[in-house]
Amino acid sequence: MKRLISLTVNGENHEVVVEPRTTLLEVLRDALGLTGAKEGCSLGNCGACTVLLDGKPVLSCLLLAVEAQGKEIVTIEGLAEGGKLHPLQEAFVEHGAVQCGFCIPGMILSAKALLDENPHPTEEEVKEAISGNLCRCTGYSNAVRAILAAKVKEEGER
Amino acid sequence: MIKDFRYLRPQDLQEALGMLREHAGEAKVICGGQSLLILMRQGLVAPEYLIDIKHLEELSYIRLDEDGLRIGATTTHRALEKSKELAERYPIIPEMEETLASIQTRNWGTIGGNLSHADPAGDPAPVLIALGAKVKLAKADGTREMALEDFFLDYFETALEEDELLVEISVPPVPARTGVAFEKFTIIGCDMGIVSATARVTLDEGGRAAEARVVLGGAAPTPLRAKGAEEVLVGEDLREELLEEAGRKASEECEPISDIHASEGYRRELVRVLTKRMLRKAWQRAAQG
Ligand SMILES: Cc1cc2nc3c(=O)[nH]c(=O)nc-3n(C[C@H](O)[C@H](O)[C@H](O)COP(=O)(O)OP(=O)(O)OC[C@H]3O[C@@H](n4cnc5c(N)ncnc54)[C@H](O)[C@@H]3O)c2cc1C
Ligand code: FES
Ligand code: FES
Repeated sequence: MKRLISLTVNGENHEVVVEPRTTLLEVLRDALGLTGAKEGCSLGNCGACTVLLDGKPVLSCLLLAVEAQGKEIVTIEGLAEGGKLHPLQEAFVEHGAVQCGFCIPGMILSAKALLDENPHPTEEEVKEAISGNLCRCTGYSNAVRAILAAKVKEEGER
Repeated sequence: MIKDFRYLRPQDLQEALGMLREHAGEAKVICGGQSLLILMRQGLVAPEYLIDIKHLEELSYIRLDEDGLRIGATTTHRALEKSKELAERYPIIPEMEETLASIQTRNWGTIGGNLSHADPAGDPAPVLIALGAKVKLAKADGTREMALEDFFLDYFETALEEDELLVEISVPPVPARTGVAFEKFTIIGCDMGIVSATARVTLDEGGRAAEARVVLGGAAPTPLRAKGAEEVLVGEDLREELLEEAGRKASEECEPISDIHASEGYRRELVRVLTKRMLRKAWQRAAQG
């Protein structure tokens, strides 16, 4: 039986009709056209579907859309402001931290959650924060450098 | 694809218990869904009704007082990992949570869901059993309590009845001169353990083991107390041969299976080594007070 639910995604309110079995990932990608979150495994293993829910990284493949009602959801599409990339996105570009890009939306959101909570992370803390985001291309080193550099940059701008 | 179902969203615990009673046999409870949704996607579970308890704030708490610790069933793994009070009084719980799955799964998955799922390779159960935890189960017309050790019946099977909810986990105060240690063996970090061992040692005033517990994960159809290994230690001083002996006993008395992750023999060897290591660590922690 279909249900009408309202979701707040990247600050915008959306009303969508869903079957209860629909995952948040399916709603984001198929109903809202936000294809930044990726479907890798749909089994909770890869982190490609990571989004922020009330500021915390969660797996949108293992969350029913009906459960996300009333929560603030942020996807990678919500990071840039007025055409200007978020410092984390800039740092990923500058450090060559992106290869195929499949894992990057999830990884950047995990990193954002870390920096929002802990603006001065150590390298270990950065590695831990992105440990749930598997990348088959890059080997992670440049992503770790990018996240540490984004931290420095935010400080510079303050 | 997940087979469709009717989604029920109770306002409070009482309403949830009423729904469970009304739809007993046709309904499943969903909390964080980090285990259930995988089974549903694989078609292994296909309930008519899904009763969502994740948002029930009245079941989300960590309470500490002189009687010990009480944890509400919908408390997330991440809340347990990050609790400063737990780090002070039950440090083994955050230590165990730190390596449970990924941050994403810890943010949404719950302790009640983890225990009710009853995967014998789950991390929290052995640690909580070593601490002497009990669970409180509720139905529309009353509650009962049992030792967590008795809650697990078989692979993915618990003492929960169809219309019953796990509502609370309670842990008694930790006695003086007690040390607890937990480790799981994984191929990649934040994965399910292939085998885990938890050891708890309480020393008497002379430094001998007054009480010892060894609890194994992934080594039997349920979390397993290695009682033979425990007996080896009681009344004794810390000696290397004793730890060897306890490890050997544990590896004999466990009942692991062979699967894609590891063979039975490999698991037994892991049990031997981890039991020995965790006992040494627990003993050292106990000696430090
Ligand atoms: C990628 C990945 C890695 C993981 N790694 C680990 C790991 O390393 N260690 C580990 O221990 N676990 C691991 N898990 C499993 C996970 O931690 C837990 O099993 C999960 O958190 C279960 O909690 P939940 O709230 O999501 O439960 P759900 O998935 O919602 O429910 C699980 C089961 O419990 C029942 N249930 C839920 N709550 C209650 C309740 N209060 N009363 C009665 N029944 C209830 C449901 O009906 C269902 O049968 C992993 C999971 C994933 C996806
Ligand atoms: S798609 Fe792999 S964790 Fe969600
Ligand atoms: S850049 Fe290709 S998976 Fe990470």
